[in-house]
Amino acid sequence: MFQVRIHGRGGQGVVTAAELLAVAAFDQGRHAQAFPSFGSERTGAPVVSYCRIDDHEIRTREPIDAPDAVIVQDVTLVHHVDLFGGLSPTGYVLVNTSLALGELGLDDTLAALPDGHAAACAATELALAHVGRAVPNVPLLGAWCALTGELPLEALARALRHRFTREVAERNVAAASAAFDLVRDLKEAQRAPTA
Amino acid sequence: MLQQLEGSRAIAETVALCRPEVVCAYPISPQTHIIEAIGAMVKDGRLSPCEFINVESEYAAMSVSIGASAAGARTYTATASQGLLFMIEAVYNAAGLGLPVVMTLANRAIGAPINIWNDHSDAMAVGDAGWIQLFAETNQEAADLHVQAFRLAEALSVPVMVCMDGFILTHAVEAVDLIDQAVVDSFLPPYEPRQVLDPDDPVSIGAMVGPEAFEEVRYLAHLRQLDALELIPSVAEEFAALTGRASGGLLHPYRLEDAETVIVAMGSVLGTIKDAVDARRRAGERVGVLGVTAFRPFPVVAVADALRGARRVVVVEKAFSLGMGGVLATDVATASPDSGGDLATVVAGLGGRPITRRDVEGILERSAQGTLPRLSFLNLDEDVVARERARMAASRRSGPFAENVLRDLAGGRAHR
Repeated sequence: MFQVRIHGRGGQGVVTAAELLAVAAFDQGRHAQAFPSFGSERTGAPVVSYCRIDDHEIRTREPIDAPDAVIVQDVTLVHHVDLFGGLSPTGYVLVNTSLALGELGLDDTLAALPDGHAAACAATELALAHVGRAVPNVPLLGAWCALTGELPLEALARALRHRFTREVAERNVAAASAAFDLVRDLKEAQRAPTA
Repeated sequence: MLQQLEGSRAIAETVALCRPEVVCAYPISPQTHIIEAIGAMVKDGRLSPCEFINVESEYAAMSVSIGASAAGARTYTATASQGLLFMIEAVYNAAGLGLPVVMTLANRAIGAPINIWNDHSDAMAVGDAGWIQLFAETNQEAADLHVQAFRLAEALSVPVMVCMDGFILTHAVEAVDLIDQAVVDSFLPPYEPRQVLDPDDPVSIGAMVGPEAFEEVRYLAHLRQLDALELIPSVAEEFAALTGRASGGLLHPYRLEDAETVIVAMGSVLGTIKDAVDARRRAGERVGVLGVTAFRPFPVVAVADALRGARRVVVVEKAFSLGMGGVLATDVATASPDSGGDLATVVAGLGGRPITRRDVEGILERSAQGTLPRLSFLNLDEDVVARERARMAASRRSGPFAENVLRDLAGGRAHR
């Protein structure tokens, strides 16, 4: 089972992100379960959503305490919310920021992860450029596909086209694709021989 | 067709397939998405002919449902928590009058303290109202139960409440196979009311009944509940023959053969419990779980049969009767008095507190060790309780206890 926890703030599409992941996984013939953290959410308040992906039926209903990936949609949550609690030692971290990962003061968390398991993505900027709204959820999902390899970008694109009307869907697909390419290139650069 | 969709959407789509003629509901979390979706379907004509009636309260929602059903319309509504309590007089009336309204209850805790999260306090509060109460384990079962609910309600002239865990199911996006319209139509014949308000053939419904007949009228309603014990399994079997799915019925036994310890529970927590049972089985322990689908009528004989081989019975329930203990547990004890001394109740998941597989494995471990008390509260923070008890002992004006506990937690450690 692959478990994703998404942190953000009300209004950033945190719940929608988990739902889109679940639909993309379903598109691939996999079992998926997305659910929000059930608060009385309001705009700007910290929000958490979850998505489980598995090759077998998912029966558990407990929250995700030990995620395989954490997506941080709002960098201002860093150091205010326990974002990485329970993160698998082989897990993935994806942060929406235009800064470099090294500038976030997360070195202890990130150093514990395997190489190539963490990435920064300027998702808000990508969303503004492609969608025209500062909602970072979809570009982050594109970046997540590249970072983890858990789902292909095409599955996410189909989930977006299922969810949104034509023009909005295509803008979101463009934003997700741009983020996917950036992270893929980043990973390839990291993988390049340094000796 | 198998689709990945929100539980609330699956319920709305399925209810629409059942062709209700009147839907009347008042929005309340976590039921809201169901009603919004049905309202939209009525407005855009996807659900037609159907009248969606806006009202000012849950009391009105159930009252309108009673009127619509008495006029011969297939009638649907939905609520949760405080909304159910607000309509409770009419809830009793719908059952007492024998009107086959179908209602989704998106299970949520009851205040005070105000809490929007899931537990089963709301359903338990109306366990004696005369409604059939069916609990769903998954969104697939919740959807399927609605089709069966209309069939049962109309066959028996008894209202049916489909209970599904608020947020945990209503807001979960997972795969649900939406049943074909043709299958629903073949399974659910047009509503033929046993009684109907018809100007061309006038009757009155809702007589004043004195001591000379009240007991008989109530007993007749009880007999219809007992009829339901027969009909619920046969309707579920017929549904399974059409869809291949074992949704509904009285009970869902899981790995009970040779089980020495059996957990009894209702609703979505059964999935987590099954994972725990599988884990303990792999460790060689003889454990199983009995899911109760029909809480009302309560399947006394079937529960006794299912628990016959068990040495220890643990009821894990998301509600309790203050000053007494488990509600489901009391019914299980009535059904299976042999398990008496070895029946433990674990109250869990109150107000949305998570129940994890590790929690359930811990319960099974303590049960095996003989250290599980007859009544316990899962993950109860004894320190917080003790501190408030101390404040109450120390000062007459100790203040409101919910606020005190929250302040205590905020000052001490982080609370989830």
